[in-house]
Amino acid sequence: MKRVRAEILSTRRLGAYHALTVVAPEIAERARPGQFVSVAMPPERSFLLRRHFSIHHASRRGGWAGTLEFAFDPQGQGTRWLAEAKAHQFLDVIGPLGKAFAYPTRLTNCLLVAEGHGGATISFLAQELRARGKRVDMILGGATQEHVFKPIEAKRIAQTLAVATVDGSMGERGTVLDLLPRMLEATGAQVLYAAGPRETLRGIAEVCLERRIPSQMALEERMACGMGQCFTCVVPVVRKDGSGYDNLRLCTEGPVLNPARVLWDRWMGEQPALAPTPPEGFPVVRSWPG
Amino acid sequence: MTVDLNGVVLPLPVLAAAGCLGTGREATLVDLHRLGGVVTMSLTLEPRKGSPTPRMAETPSGLLSWIGLQNAGVEAFLREDLPHLQRVGVPVIASVAGSSVEEYLRVTTLLQNRPGIVALEVYLGAPDEERGRGRPFHARPDRISEVVGAVARMSRLPVFAKLPALEPDLVESARACVRAGAHGLTLIDGVPGMAVDAERLRPALAAPVGLLSGPAVKPIALAAVYRVAREMPEVPIMGVGGISTGTDAVEFLLAGAWAVQVGTAMLVDPAAPVEIARGILAYLKDKQLESPAALRGRLRLGREPS
Repeated sequence: MKRVRAEILSTRRLGAYHALTVVAPEIAERARPGQFVSVAMPPERSFLLRRHFSIHHASRRGGWAGTLEFAFDPQGQGTRWLAEAKAHQFLDVIGPLGKAFAYPTRLTNCLLVAEGHGGATISFLAQELRARGKRVDMILGGATQEHVFKPIEAKRIAQTLAVATVDGSMGERGTVLDLLPRMLEATGAQVLYAAGPRETLRGIAEVCLERRIPSQMALEERMACGMGQCFTCVVPVVRKDGSGYDNLRLCTEGPVLNPARVLWDRWMGEQPALAPTPPEGFPVVRSWPG
Repeated sequence: MTVDLNGVVLPLPVLAAAGCLGTGREATLVDLHRLGGVVTMSLTLEPRKGSPTPRMAETPSGLLSWIGLQNAGVEAFLREDLPHLQRVGVPVIASVAGSSVEEYLRVTTLLQNRPGIVALEVYLGAPDEERGRGRPFHARPDRISEVVGAVARMSRLPVFAKLPALEPDLVESARACVRAGAHGLTLIDGVPGMAVDAERLRPALAAPVGLLSGPAVKPIALAAVYRVAREMPEVPIMGVGGISTGTDAVEFLLAGAWAVQVGTAMLVDPAAPVEIARGILAYLKDKQLESPAALRGRLRLGREPS
């Protein structure tokens, strides 16, 4: 974890999203897919907390070496400020934070699924998997074509790409979940990776459990510090031996988790405090089988 | 820059506030060597899982949060976290919590005779499951006295009672704490607050009422410190609430605090405590004062002479 004063190299719109490239060699060198950075807000404003962004790219070689890219949906006051930041302005950036996706060692066919800005996370992973000789297939989705994250880049990286939009403006009308069974069969996927809204991830997790496909997902929860200090960003995760569960911090023990160990009901349920222990006890999930 | 809280000697007047440093092990960007002390997260006898999420919301100049006392339990703290703090050599103030007087006592007992722990802080915002039907201990003056008295009688370490600002009579409660055996006070605990997501017709926090911290509460905390310090100038007070700059800290010292704790600011800027200590030092130099203690009670009341 490093803290740097990072110069903004470029700022641009990407459909519904906004992307910033900053110069941060100390972070870019170490960054791996699934990890994130935190960016400080200007001190004179009434919004104090740092904003956290999944790393979309970290260039270690070539003309862009030492740069880091992240993307966001400029909906809140902090992200709107960032979207208006100009090139050559400096940002206070901390990273890389959190645990990265694990790469498969034995298995080769990887299906990557992303909805909305989850595509930023997943495209970094796709490149790293390709660099390791894995087969990568992708499903991208979003509300409209504006919300499908960099489909052209995905097309270039992935063996096959399927796209779904809720309004049907790109690819098929529907969600990534609608395309999932077909893509699993067509690609012979052995491992699945996903990022996006928690409702979607939960649906994907159920399919993976049913079909016994090892998977990893980058989750999101409201986060104050991003450095493990405040214990706000927790998710209930079953212990490896099934002896109970712990509220783990996504910033430190996540954001990438094995969805088979996440207690989705307890995390997302209407009355999480009342979610019972499953009658059959907690599942025993061994470590990453990829 | 040493401060002496009637026997609790700290190398600097700036401490990390309870629950803002995690376990102290993963905070690699907070320079523990350069803190006056670390107040631990509040410790209970057994591990606690804490509140469901969402646990936080950002509000104007503030952070609203309710963690629900998530912690690994006092024994895990002693086994896993304390050794690291001992190696660093930073003075540790252990924050004690519980749901009954007995639990406070048992936690207190386990914290005795541990090198590195220089004092205890009694967190009174924990839900009172024994007699308060889940309302916090500090909601009832008699329960404040009972808990603080029990802990102070059991403890060989000096005990600081942490009080919120908004209860019926802060000064009376502060007096009751001292009468019950508290060595000093920590002012203030977070201010109860709420945020609502109108779009989804939901409270922003699962709790749904949380505690407000950050610059938004600074004037409330300053008033609390001022009122208590004026009545009890001999009782050490640690001021806490929205301190994010050296000037903020100086304001608390002038209002009567003996030392300050930094919480929310450290979540935003891990270097904040160091910057704040530097700011205090610069102010002292500028005013040609020897030590932070020289600021205490220097607040000039009455009209500015023209």
